[in-house]
Amino acid sequence: MQLPDQLLFAMEVTLNGLMAGVMYALVALGFVLIFKASGIFNYAQGVLALFAALTLVGIQTGQVPFAHLINAVLGTSLHHFGWQVPAPLAIVLAAAVMVGLAVAVERLVLKHLVNQPPIILFMATIGLAYFLEGLGDVMWGADIKTLDVGLPQGISDTVEAATAAVFGYGFFIDNLDMVATLIAVALVACLTLFSQYSKEGRALRAVADDHQAALSVGISLRFIWVLVWSIAGFVALVAGIMWGTKSGVQFSLSLIALKALPVLMLGGFTSIPGAIVGGLIIGVGEKLFEFWIGPLVGGATENWFAYVLALLFLVFRPQGLFGERIIERV
Amino acid sequence: MMMRDLQAEPEGWTTTADGRRIGGVVMEMRNITLRFGGVVAIKDISFDIREGEIRAIIGPNGAGKSSMLNIISGFYVPSEGQVLFRGETRAPMRPYQVAAQGIARTFQNIALFDGMSVLDNIMTGRLTHMKSGLFSQALWWGRAEAEEVANRAVVERIIDFLEIQNIRKTPVGRLPYGLKKRVELARALAAEPKILLLDEPMAGMNVEEKEDMCRFILDVNDEFGTTIALIEHDMGVVMDLSDRVVVMDYGRKIGDGTPDEVRANPEVIAAYLGTSHG
Repeated sequence: MQLPDQLLFAMEVTLNGLMAGVMYALVALGFVLIFKASGIFNYAQGVLALFAALTLVGIQTGQVPFAHLINAVLGTSLHHFGWQVPAPLAIVLAAAVMVGLAVAVERLVLKHLVNQPPIILFMATIGLAYFLEGLGDVMWGADIKTLDVGLPQGISDTVEAATAAVFGYGFFIDNLDMVATLIAVALVACLTLFSQYSKEGRALRAVADDHQAALSVGISLRFIWVLVWSIAGFVALVAGIMWGTKSGVQFSLSLIALKALPVLMLGGFTSIPGAIVGGLIIGVGEKLFEFWIGPLVGGATENWFAYVLALLFLVFRPQGLFGERIIERV
Repeated sequence: MMMRDLQAEPEGWTTTADGRRIGGVVMEMRNITLRFGGVVAIKDISFDIREGEIRAIIGPNGAGKSSMLNIISGFYVPSEGQVLFRGETRAPMRPYQVAAQGIARTFQNIALFDGMSVLDNIMTGRLTHMKSGLFSQALWWGRAEAEEVANRAVVERIIDFLEIQNIRKTPVGRLPYGLKKRVELARALAAEPKILLLDEPMAGMNVEEKEDMCRFILDVNDEFGTTIALIEHDMGVVMDLSDRVVVMDYGRKIGDGTPDEVRANPEVIAAYLGTSHG
């Protein structure tokens, strides 16, 4: 099949954009979950992903938690337990740590802030973000770590060979991006099934809708909060694994949260499909924009394109594509 | 479905004029006082609710009626006094624990899950009856399936009973006010409550809707033997519906008895109509 070069490039760019979008969507998903269930904009979501990835690497490589602190106080020089934990077990353990963190957040923070205005809760999550960043540093050290849980990496030869055979031009698609896409699809499917068909999911939607009514039908708000922060922690772990594998586990990982913001503004803060579609639009949009318009304005458009798009949305459709329409009854 | 507990019927049961049977005390409020800071919302009130009866709490605005209902349903904890449920003093409880004990309620300003369908809203009323774990639900296996089917059956019967079959799939947010109130009642009924608390079930309704709601309340009590405690403004409605009435004014109890007794009580008349100073 003979297609014009320009179109083939655009197709490749679009595919890459879709996959980058999936990575953004993974982070945005965590925000949406907590916002839907409790009306809290969780500033700490990005740091949760960082913390999850740090913990995973730490467990996997048998790092001693708080090694620097212990060594400084006791004068020892512990660093490693000297064992390697297999990746699947390490992931399960890291997930358990995230659940423990959810319980701690509920006990130590949320419980004391019931009925406070959203801005107070938002401030609390900012505090939480910095606390977690510090905790991650003290627990696991600030050095950049490589994360390898056995996910395939590098350019896919299969895709390249197949597209070369069909179009006469081989597409460069990263294996990791494809795996991330599959995992994201599975994750969203599980979350949807859970929220639509399980009793906990029904309770979750009920709490998201009306706290008082939820209490009156026998739902424990505290249990729901622990549940939703656990799920958000798990989603953060998945995002942490993907981003950590891609670019190493480093503290700038927490900044991916910033990329999730425009995604949320596009998709709407309350919609899970919105987070996905928003992520994809941003992913494809910024890649295509860079491809077509980038050369005209001197490149590096990927840094700002998403935010400009979000700004336009704020002006013309503040609730996002899928968000609940804000109607004030007078 | 909501059968009266026939085993627990040794003594104390009486039969009303219209043939309904009323049992012993199921809930007792003993010397309840509720303060918000320096404001006393309820001052030393005692009354009881007997099994199978319709008990009304009436009084002018700000009398503390809703506060009393909130104490029964666990939303407020009384500053002083005890709540006795089935003869036992109830420890301070969270609302969800009270709900799990079988006390369901509706709200004065409808509290429904607007984003969910009527059916889903009513299904949330069954949450206290769902026991299966997440794992068996995920596999849709064994108890989870049987449970969902059984719960759905209960909900369908309530939908039929309240005549809301045709709006089953409608998102609640789109319904008119009167129907919302009915859905809220349905959700409370779905819990098969031992005591049903209704906070102004007829507020803001037109005459026709009020008549419907009256009929439903009487039918619920009659068919399922559900004990009902309700707050209402409309004196006429209250007198027609209830077996016994508590009258509150400025946080105090000023009357308690059958509708006829209460109507004849001079203090009640004064509270409602004002006294002549002269």
